Amino acid sequence: MALQSLNIKRRSATTTPSPSVREPATGTVAKLIDTTKCIGCKACQTACMEWNDLRDEIGTNVGTYDNPRDLSDKSWTVMRFTEYENPKGDLEWLIRKDGCMHCEDPGCLKACPAPGAIVQYTNGIVDFHEENCIGCGYCVTGCPFDVPRISKKDHKAYKCTLCSDRVSVGLEPACVKTCPTGAIVFGTKEDMQQHAAERVEDLKSRGFEHAGLYDPAGVGGTHVMYVLHHADQPQLYSDLPADPHISPMVGLWKGIGKPLALAGIALTALAGFFHYIRVGRNEVGERDEQAAAQDKDKPS
Amino acid sequence: MSDPDRRDTIVRYAAGVRTNHWTVALFFVLAALSGLALFHPALFWLSHLFGGGPWTRILHPYIGLIMMIAFLFLAGVMWKDNRMQDRDWAWLRQMKDVVNNREDRLPEVARYNAGQKLLFFVLVACMLGLVLSGIVMWRAYFSLYFPVGVIRAASLAHALFAFVLICAIIVHIYAAIWVKGSVHAMARGTVTPGWAWKHHRAWFRETTHATDSRPRSD
Repeated sequence: MALQSLNIKRRSATTTPSPSVREPATGTVAKLIDTTKCIGCKACQTACMEWNDLRDEIGTNVGTYDNPRDLSDKSWTVMRFTEYENPKGDLEWLIRKDGCMHCEDPGCLKACPAPGAIVQYTNGIVDFHEENCIGCGYCVTGCPFDVPRISKKDHKAYKCTLCSDRVSVGLEPACVKTCPTGAIVFGTKEDMQQHAAERVEDLKSRGFEHAGLYDPAGVGGTHVMYVLHHADQPQLYSDLPADPHISPMVGLWKGIGKPLALAGIALTALAGFFHYIRVGRNEVGERDEQAAAQDKDKPS
Repeated sequence: MSDPDRRDTIVRYAAGVRTNHWTVALFFVLAALSGLALFHPALFWLSHLFGGGPWTRILHPYIGLIMMIAFLFLAGVMWKDNRMQDRDWAWLRQMKDVVNNREDRLPEVARYNAGQKLLFFVLVACMLGLVLSGIVMWRAYFSLYFPVGVIRAASLAHALFAFVLICAIIVHIYAAIWVKGSVHAMARGTVTPGWAWKHHRAWFRETTHATDSRPRSD
């Protein structure tokens, strides 16, 4: 749904500016997920299901706490559990709430060919408008975090909306509202960065010398950020990419490649037109027909 | 097969090849229009020709597959006459004479000239590249079997092959308009002896001087 209270910064497959005069005076928003405070209760998953009225298929246990096993069109957030043995030989249970990172430079939006199927609001939230989605899956190809999922039922793409419908009326996202330990907080991006800095300082004083904020610069920063105990090794957290960015192949395909290819096609056609104007057609005349008749009569 | 009113015409393309060619041509146009709709936002309006965005996404791969299958038959028939020979390389080196209609200075040409042969192999390469990369990109059935890196490479390759193919076909269409009589040859099947003598002299002699002067079945 196009929510008028949230103005549009970017719109997929659109080459002219979208309505974006109103910008939040307090800057963009962000959700901060503090993995060091997470107890893995999955209340956030439940709250997401409830608010968005989603009920995924009941799966089977595969020997981990991950349930469901992966993100899907009906599971927009999933807690991923990693058992990590640190260099001291102690076990650390690293739990990461996975879902859309709401990139400042969204690969899904860059790749999307359908006008208005993906928008980025001026508050930073990246939202899918399924009524414009054509189901091609280019967003999946473009995403550096493997987040969008195409529904088998309607062939539309789905992912976390950062509860754009709640945020537009001044509420926090459902997962934030429900988190019992305060591991998920929501506010302006600036406030969240400040809050994270305090958390990182605290963690460092407790011996996590590599604690830090995950707000990857490769995608222009994200509007969902993590506090990690091991910010130097984000891949420990169920393969959270260390340096995510839009793939150069996607950049070429959906960036400079588009105008260059159209220009090339137009120039090829123009070259033909001007050849016609300057040189003209190659025609067969009466003399050629006579020469052919003579040639034909010659014994071979 | 020859036209009763124009007994002196030479059959260049029999009905079977013409049907095959125009099937490929029709599906090429549909594939190009639906593909361009998904390639550049400025051309998304082309998706309306196919019943909207989702229908364009659904139809495009099937259109491409039909084009590919039809092209396989066409390429099979034409393969033999498109092998490059020494005189073809000489012909290509004289490109200036080619584009300026100074055909009398060029080496003799058989059934196809070097430009046509080059186009033929560009088409074969592009069609193969398009079908292979297209399968990887086909989200509804096949993408789940490939890692995202392969899908990204395939998406870029698909656009590149399509770009080269579209440019090649524009050259092909213009060349057919430029060399007068070519469109008639593919539309109605026949050329005049003068046309064959001027543009494809070796083929003209092969056809008219053969002991059995019936035209080839293709």
